[in-house]
Amino acid sequence: MGATASRRLELVGIAKAYPGCIANDRVEMTVKPGEIHALVGENGAGKSTLMKIIYGVVKPDAGQLIWNDRETLIEGPAHARRLGMGMVFQHFSLFQTLTVTENIALYLPRQEYGSLRRLRDRILSVGEAYGLDINPDRHVHTLSVGEQQRVEIVRCLLQEIQLLILDEPTAVLTPGEVTHLVKVLKQLASEGCSILFISHKLEEVRTLCDRATILRGGRVTGSCTPAETTSEQISRMMLGDDLHIEKSMGVGAPGDDSLSLEGVSVSPGGAFAIALHSIDLTLRAGEITGIAGVAGNGQDELVDLINGELAPDAGKLLLDGRDMTAEGVLARRRAGLATVHADRLGRGSIGAMSLTENRLLTAYVTDSDAHGFLHWRPLTERTRELIQNYQVKASGPDDTAASLSGGNLQKFIIGREIAQAPKVLVCFYPTWGVDVGSANRIHVELARLRDEGTAILILTEDLDELYLLCDRVGAICGGQLSPLKPGHEVSMETLGQWMAGTFSAPQTQGVQNAH
Amino acid sequence: MRIEARPTPSPTMRYLSPLLALGLTLITGAAIFSALGKAPLASLHAFFIEPVSTVYGLSELFVKVTPLLLCATGLTLCFRAKVWNIGAEGQFVFGALIAGAVSLQLADHQGFWVLPVVIASGVLAGMAWAGIAALLLTRFRAHEILTTIMLNYIAIQLLLWSVHGPLKSPSGYNFPESELFSPQTLLPTLWGQYRVTIAIFIALLMLAVVWTVLNRTLLGYQTRVMGENRQAARFAGFNGNRLIWVLLLFSGGMAGMAGVSEVNGPVGQLTTNLALGYGYTAIIIVFMGRMHPLGVLLASLLLGLTYLGGENAQMTLGLPKSITGVFQGLLLFFLLACDFLISHRIVLTPMRGHRPSNTSTREVTSS
Repeated sequence: MGATASRRLELVGIAKAYPGCIANDRVEMTVKPGEIHALVGENGAGKSTLMKIIYGVVKPDAGQLIWNDRETLIEGPAHARRLGMGMVFQHFSLFQTLTVTENIALYLPRQEYGSLRRLRDRILSVGEAYGLDINPDRHVHTLSVGEQQRVEIVRCLLQEIQLLILDEPTAVLTPGEVTHLVKVLKQLASEGCSILFISHKLEEVRTLCDRATILRGGRVTGSCTPAETTSEQISRMMLGDDLHIEKSMGVGAPGDDSLSLEGVSVSPGGAFAIALHSIDLTLRAGEITGIAGVAGNGQDELVDLINGELAPDAGKLLLDGRDMTAEGVLARRRAGLATVHADRLGRGSIGAMSLTENRLLTAYVTDSDAHGFLHWRPLTERTRELIQNYQVKASGPDDTAASLSGGNLQKFIIGREIAQAPKVLVCFYPTWGVDVGSANRIHVELARLRDEGTAILILTEDLDELYLLCDRVGAICGGQLSPLKPGHEVSMETLGQWMAGTFSAPQTQGVQNAH
Repeated sequence: MRIEARPTPSPTMRYLSPLLALGLTLITGAAIFSALGKAPLASLHAFFIEPVSTVYGLSELFVKVTPLLLCATGLTLCFRAKVWNIGAEGQFVFGALIAGAVSLQLADHQGFWVLPVVIASGVLAGMAWAGIAALLLTRFRAHEILTTIMLNYIAIQLLLWSVHGPLKSPSGYNFPESELFSPQTLLPTLWGQYRVTIAIFIALLMLAVVWTVLNRTLLGYQTRVMGENRQAARFAGFNGNRLIWVLLLFSGGMAGMAGVSEVNGPVGQLTTNLALGYGYTAIIIVFMGRMHPLGVLLASLLLGLTYLGGENAQMTLGLPKSITGVFQGLLLFFLLACDFLISHRIVLTPMRGHRPSNTSTREVTSS
């Protein structure tokens, strides 16, 4: 695979600025043939921009790109593909209603795949060669996220590939699937294909990658051989020296039942929605319960159901002993429920409105200055306090929500809910897309709220977060909930099996899960 | 030169866009006049300046502004929540029809209560007409744009049937008109021979009310949130259906009031040509005024002028009255076009002297 070059890819002084932020600042990096190279950094460090520059999606303001020892100007993704690059984006670019073969055909020029039947055969043979078995005739919406990722990878492997770029590929996988992916990548590398692997999970980088380049604030802050470097050293390069991370969150002291779901079932609301099957879940005061799971396995439905946006077909929901199955969002909020949604800008806030107005989005339920007439002065004052207490980086209550970074907005939203002293708090992906410092701050706040006697439910894909915070853990798969057990009794392997749907669910025998 | 998306919408362009649209409308208007063989500047003068160069002309401007502003005030609240009530025209007509029918019924009654009853009947009729759309939307998810437009035609047909049938004046030589309303059912005029009625004050008062509701009440806040992000409103537990009812009933009531202001004001009877498009023009006003009460006031003056200008152009230039519609259409067309510049900008790129020969100029879009 064109292994004559001494450097597969070299970046010299790559710079890219967007209005108001410098995404990449004189980035230098070299990737050798057959090397698995990690690109590590926090959210917002400029990793994704750099990837897009390499793949020709974004044009750099300055700098050179050297491809196989020759300076090259990448015109666009199609050109990058012709040169031998492939990229697997974090959000897959697949059409849900088409088959695997059709999806791959759309990506390739006609002359390259000939006929759909020949393409189908090639998909099968590539799948066999790399242990990436997928059924080419299945429709994409019937595939699990892990399988969809395989389609994306196979798509790249159909060409003569020399560099495969993967943007946080493990974020959506179960532990078992991660192991499998690592094997595939090692095989590819041994055949001379270079791999650029974006991640912020340091352990993964240390076991898989030959080299690592660390970015912070758009700049390269270091480069190392991960196997010979400790996670602490890498994380210092990622975060800077001055960051203090609280490692222990303590344990909860479970009290009375605060929220109970008893045999709750929901039929799917749309073509790609998930049904919930007879969910039993009890949250206790002063305890954090965590549910792991790969995205799209019923988490959205579960959160909507608890929040009161989705009415169950069967079963009961009790809040503090009161049957609130038929009550809506407002009644449940009045009874002490608070929800932090994963979709921060889509549901948790209004981008174009000020922080004061965004605080009001849920605070209107409890704030006495928001009944009928709005008294802006005290409302603004309370927003100012919120910004201070939760160390939100904003110039003031008049900033719009859209102007805040993901981490800061999340601190603001969680602070807004905590300030209402909820009895039950549901956090859907509490630290998704949040920088490490802010995530830690959020974890500390959640632990404090637990100590004050709030029942907390966390849904997350981040298993480190799950084990760090949660007193009881479980997993959701295909709309079914695994048993919930104390965290120290559930090994990573068991949890991985639960995430893949292998658990005994006595009341739901015979219910097939989609994955 | 190329067009690219702005990182954030430009607040300056938001307010500049209506002025730019006005400028382009004037230029295009002048071109149309000269194509018709009229002196462009003199024609524009006849259209925009002459009608308001006398006190009587100014008072006539406010006669036009009254129904426009009433309709637009109601729509402002609706549109802020992205509830697209296109039916102010039908609510206006139905309000006028019912208020007219009540006025005819009360022709022989005296007393201070007569006028309030007439006004209330028109307002309630407008609310009822909008309420049909609200019911269809909240109960059956029938889109309000379609239902309100269709209800416009129904209302106009009802008016035509009434003045050709049950409400036709027996002494009207078989013309499709009602009897003239009795004086006690008419809105008092402000002074002298001018036709402006007290309804202009109702319009201004309601505009102030809308401003207060939008900025100082939870209802107004929830309205704005609905317009910005319905999912967030739902997530936060706002009662979306109740809000839709409140907004549609309010705007229907305002359009009904506009109907009263016209039929129990300058017109004074029910006729077949009550529907002059005020309800549609009010939509242009709300967009032109950036859905802000003050902007709506200014825009209603401008759009009111297009009615007067059209009438004057008919008299002095011998042009058809449809010139009013042409100007309103141009204004909306250019406004929508200029609004594109709120989210996008034009970038002038200098000519590149030397580009590598293998570089194509194709723009790449991110996936």
